[in-house]
Amino acid sequence: MSEINQYTVNFGPQHPSAHGVLRLILELQGETISKIDTHIGLLHRATEKLAETKPYNHSIGYMDRLDYVSMMCNEHAYVRAIEKLLNVEAPIRAQYIRVMFDEITRILNHLMWLGAHALDLGATTVFLYCFHEREKLMDCYEAVSGARMHATYYRPGGVYRDLPESMPQYEVNPWRSKKEIDALNQNRQGSLLDFINDFIDKFPSVIDDCERLLTENRIWKQRTVNIGTVNAELARELGFTGPLLRASGVDWDLRKHQPYAVYDQLDFDIPIGTKGDCYDRYLVRMEEMRQSVRIIRQCVEWLAVNKGPVIINDHKIAPPKRVEMKDDMEAMIHHFKLFTEGFHTPPGEVYASVEHPKGEFGVYIVSDGANKPYRLKIRPAGFSHLQSLEKICKGVMLADLVTILSSIDIVFGDIDR
Amino acid sequence: MLDVMFHIAFLVLQALLILVPVLICVAYYTLAERKVAAYIQGRVGANRVGWRGLLQPFADALKFINKEYIKPAEANSGLFYLAPIISVTTAIAGWAVIPVAPGWVAADIHAGILYIFAVTSLGAYGIIIAGWASNSKYAMFGAMRAMAQIISYEIAMGFALVGVIMLSGSMNFSDIVNAQAGGIWHWYLWPLLPLFVVYVICGLAETNRLPFDLAEGEAEIVAGYMVEYGSIGFMLFFLSEYANMLLISAIGSLLFLGGWQSPFDHIVFLGYLTQWVPLVIWFILKTFFMAFLIIWVRWTFPRYRYDQLMMMGWKTLIPTTLVWLPLVGLYIKVAGL
Repeated sequence: MSEINQYTVNFGPQHPSAHGVLRLILELQGETISKIDTHIGLLHRATEKLAETKPYNHSIGYMDRLDYVSMMCNEHAYVRAIEKLLNVEAPIRAQYIRVMFDEITRILNHLMWLGAHALDLGATTVFLYCFHEREKLMDCYEAVSGARMHATYYRPGGVYRDLPESMPQYEVNPWRSKKEIDALNQNRQGSLLDFINDFIDKFPSVIDDCERLLTENRIWKQRTVNIGTVNAELARELGFTGPLLRASGVDWDLRKHQPYAVYDQLDFDIPIGTKGDCYDRYLVRMEEMRQSVRIIRQCVEWLAVNKGPVIINDHKIAPPKRVEMKDDMEAMIHHFKLFTEGFHTPPGEVYASVEHPKGEFGVYIVSDGANKPYRLKIRPAGFSHLQSLEKICKGVMLADLVTILSSIDIVFGDIDR
Repeated sequence: MLDVMFHIAFLVLQALLILVPVLICVAYYTLAERKVAAYIQGRVGANRVGWRGLLQPFADALKFINKEYIKPAEANSGLFYLAPIISVTTAIAGWAVIPVAPGWVAADIHAGILYIFAVTSLGAYGIIIAGWASNSKYAMFGAMRAMAQIISYEIAMGFALVGVIMLSGSMNFSDIVNAQAGGIWHWYLWPLLPLFVVYVICGLAETNRLPFDLAEGEAEIVAGYMVEYGSIGFMLFFLSEYANMLLISAIGSLLFLGGWQSPFDHIVFLGYLTQWVPLVIWFILKTFFMAFLIIWVRWTFPRYRYDQLMMMGWKTLIPTTLVWLPLVGLYIKVAGL
C-alpha cells in the first residue's frame, strides 16, 4: 500500500475566485480542506507610509484606492479624522451630501459583492444585472467629482463642491440611434438630485429581480444555508464588523450606535441575521441595500429644500473661491499656502471610523504638530474578516471555500493597503 | 473493384452529409448561446462580425487555429494530444444513428439507443485522459469530478430511456418515432413525463452544463480538465461539448417529443393547415427547443456543489425512475400494448 498524502493546491493569486490577489495554499483530502495558509501582501502599496510623507490634504486620493469598490466611505473616515484633529465640523449640507454618497457607495459595494458572489456560485446573470445598476451610480460619482471611481470628493471641512445642476449625458455615437440615445438620456435632463431620485424609485425593483433569481432558489439555498456559520461569540472574538457581525446576530452598527454625520437624524433600520451563515450574510446585505435607498431618499428630500455652504469658510483649511482670488491678495496667499504647505494640525492622536459597507473602517492619526501625520494607521474591515478564513473553512469542501471567501466580501486594496 | 470504390465513396458522402450540417449547427449553437445569454442579461451580444454577428463562429474558429498550441512541459504528450480528438470523435459519432426524417439516417441499426449510450460513455474518456495527461492539479480535479458525475448520471439516464424502450418495444430510433405517430397526445412525453424530466436533468449533467458544470466549475477549479488546453485543443473540447448538447437535444426530441412527427396530426383544422410542412422541420424545431432549454437553464441557475450533485443523482433521480418503470410496465400489461 502506498501512503496517501495530502494534496497541496495553490489557490491564487491568479485564481478567478481569489477576489484580487489572495493566495491560499490549501491542503486537501479529496475535496475537503484540512489546512489553509493565507498569503497576503501582493497588493501592498505602502499607503500608510506614503500618507506620512505628504501634507494631510494630499492623501485623500490614496484613501479612494484602499477599498476600491467603496471609495467615498474610505475618504469619509480620513476626513473625519482630520476634522476631529482640527476640531472643525463640516456644514450641515455637506454632512447630508456625505451621508447620501456614503449610502450610494454602500449600494455600489453591495452590488459588486452580490454580482461577484453570484458569479462564484455560478449564477452569471445576476452579475450583469448588478453591473447595469452600478453604472448609474458611477455616473453619480462622475457628475459630482468628475471621476467615476477615485472621486477625491470629500475634503476636510466639507465636500469639494456643491451638487451639480446637470447630469453628464450620453453622446451620439455610430453604434446607437438617436432614439436610443434620447431614451438613455431621458432621466438625465434634470439635476443630479433628480437623477438619484429617479434611480432610487427604480432600484428596489432591481433588487427584487435579483432576489427572485436567488433568495428562494433551491440550489442557491443548498449552496449557502449552513455554510461558513459563525456564531455571535466567535464573530466578536474574530473582530468581525459590519454585515458579517450583524449576520451573526449582533446588533452593532456605527451609524446607529456611534452616530456620525447626520445619521442620528435619519430614519432607517439595521437588519440582523440569526445564524451567521452565508445565506444570512446575503440576506443582510440585500436588506441593507433597501435601507440605503431609504436613507438616500431622506437625504435627497432634505438637500432639495435646504441650501447652504458645503465647505467651511476657514481658508486655512478649505481653499478660497476662484473668483475671490482674482482681486483679493489674502485669498491668493491662502490658496498658495494651502496647496503647497497644507495645514498644520495641533499635536495629538485621534481615531475616527465610519460604518463602511464592509464593516468598521477606521483611521488613526498621530500628529506632532506638523503639516503631515507623524503616523497614520488604517483599520480595514476586510483584514480581520480574512483572518477568520482558516477558522471557518476547516473541513469544508473546495466549492464551499469559494462561497465563504466571496461571502466575507474582501477587497485587497484595503487588506494589503 | 469499382463496386467497392463506389461503395466507399457513397459512405464518405453520407458521412459528409451528416458532418457538415452538424458542424454548422454546432458553430451557430455557440453563437446562439452568446446571443440568448446576452438577451437574458440585458446585453446585445456578438454583433460585430458579419450581419448581426452571424460570422462570429468562423472568426472564433480562425482565432483558435491561429493560436500557438501550448503543451505543458510535464504533460504526457501522446495522451495530451489524443484527449480532445477522442472527445470530438465520440460527440460526432453519435449522430450516425439519428434519423432526422423518415429514412434520413446514416445507419438505421436496431440497437440505436445502445449505440448512443456506448458512444456518449466513451466521451468520458476524452475528459478523463485530458485531466490526467495535463499533469495539473486543477485538471485532475476536473477529471475526477467529471468521471464520478458522468458515471452516476449515466445510470439514471439509462433508466429514463428504458421507459421509452418498454413503451415502443424497440431500440431503433425510427421505430420509436413511428410509435409516437398521431399528434401531440401520442408523444411519449405525456406517459413518461417524470422520465423526461430525469432525462433533461441527466442530459445537462452528461454534457457538463450549468447547474452541473462541476468538471469545469470556473469559480472553483478554473476550467477543470481543459485548464491546460489552448488553441485547437480547446476548440475541439468546446466543439464536442456543443455537439454533445445538440445530440442530447436531438435524442430528447426523438424519444419524448415524437421526432419528425407533426404535433398537429389528427387535429381537425391545424393538422390540415400544417400538412405542407416538411417533416424534417418538426424535428429541427423540437431539437432547437431542447437546445434553447439547455441555454436558458445555464443562464438562470447557480451551480451545484459536487457532493450535492451526486446526492441528487443517486437519491432523487434513480429512485424516481425506479418507481416509474414498474408503473409503465403495469400500464403496458393493463392496456395490452
